[in-house]
Amino acid sequence: MQVLVFGSLTDIVAPLPNDIICDNTEQLIGLLEAKYPAIKTTTYFIAVNGKMVRENTSLQPTDTVALMPPFSGG
Amino acid sequence: MLKSINERYSRQIILPGFGEAAQQKLQQAKVCIVGMGALGCPALQYLTAAGVVNMGIIDGDVVQLHNLHRQPLFFSNEVGALKVMVAKQKMQQLNPLVNITDYPFHIHPKNALQILSEYDIVIDATDNFPTKYLLNDACAILQKPLVYGAVSQYEGQVSIFNNNLNGGKNIQYRDVFPDPAATANIQSCEQAGVLGVLPGIIGTLQATEVIKFITGMGQLLDGRLLTYRSLETQFYEIELTKNANTVNINVTEFQQTDYQHICNAASTEESLSVDQFKQMLQQQLLFVVDVREMGELPHVNFVDHQIPYSQIIQAKNNLHIPVTNKNICIICQQGIRSRNAATIFQSKTLQKIFHLQGGLNAYFNS
Repeated sequence: MQVLVFGSLTDIVAPLPNDIICDNTEQLIGLLEAKYPAIKTTTYFIAVNGKMVRENTSLQPTDTVALMPPFSGG
Repeated sequence: MLKSINERYSRQIILPGFGEAAQQKLQQAKVCIVGMGALGCPALQYLTAAGVVNMGIIDGDVVQLHNLHRQPLFFSNEVGALKVMVAKQKMQQLNPLVNITDYPFHIHPKNALQILSEYDIVIDATDNFPTKYLLNDACAILQKPLVYGAVSQYEGQVSIFNNNLNGGKNIQYRDVFPDPAATANIQSCEQAGVLGVLPGIIGTLQATEVIKFITGMGQLLDGRLLTYRSLETQFYEIELTKNANTVNINVTEFQQTDYQHICNAASTEESLSVDQFKQMLQQQLLFVVDVREMGELPHVNFVDHQIPYSQIIQAKNNLHIPVTNKNICIICQQGIRSRNAATIFQSKTLQKIFHLQGGLNAYFNS
């Protein structure tokens, strides 16, 4: 599946993983936290295929998951 | 006079679906822009040019040299002048019909409701989380739509919150980012940098949403968060959902809230395990501060800055926190002085401060 990261996460989740296979968003976050521990230091919400999700959501290999932190600059 | 007014706006009045009716609506609307920086300036300029003649601008800051790369409304010889005054004067030259109220101070829970209640729609052109939460809450109380904008390095976000008019989705900033304390470790432009042209694009998008809201044209970014990625030249859109757990705060709670504090509340110092430390070090995410006394061994080659713990204790009240766009991580021999130093550092900054658990002993024994 495709993982997209934005804002402060672009420095942390680098290089972007392209080989992640998992069943749901909780598993995905677990895998990402293991690979990029600094991800735990920030806040973000999750969107699956362009839609914000709040609960653990099942994932298909063709899905796109976005991790979106808030931005503060202006 | 009427002829010159029509001529001024003629190229938008002739637009299909715009016409004199839309122009009239712009002329009657009242828009408040909070923040006269890199987002607020372009929004103000385009709205003034478009004929939004009744506006309020709030900002207590003066023009600084490091603002100019992204705030070209201001000129080099205006460094030191109040932003709202310079902006107001220039907008009067751009469009003599404009009637701008300047508020040369920062918005605060004690003044926000009174000021914002005068306006139909509010633009969040601020550069910090405490004010973003404050504006969200004030607009939720007043039921005013809030056009949100924010930037981070090469990317920017836009949306419209608290829009409950005409079947609006009424989604709040707090529905999307519920925890102010969790924002403590997100860096500002000051810490992380920003491409100068980027907020120009985001502020202009905000102005576009305001024009659409006032005239009723098109589809608003209501319930949608738009993110612009300048390096990829891509727009990414996310459909937002309401959070059933979001609680609307009341006027009394609002006026008593210390927004600076709630955005910093959970930012207690955090320890990194040796593995986490090594990984973040390898990814060049850490700015390592050694608080051992001068001459303590072993020397390590990954220290970016040294302040002996004894000096931190002495200088407690005017301690200088290093300015860096990386995560500050404090180290010592055993992880005791570093924890105390991290607590002291943390009390001085919104940025999350880390320390190495177990110190260099743990690092070399792993």
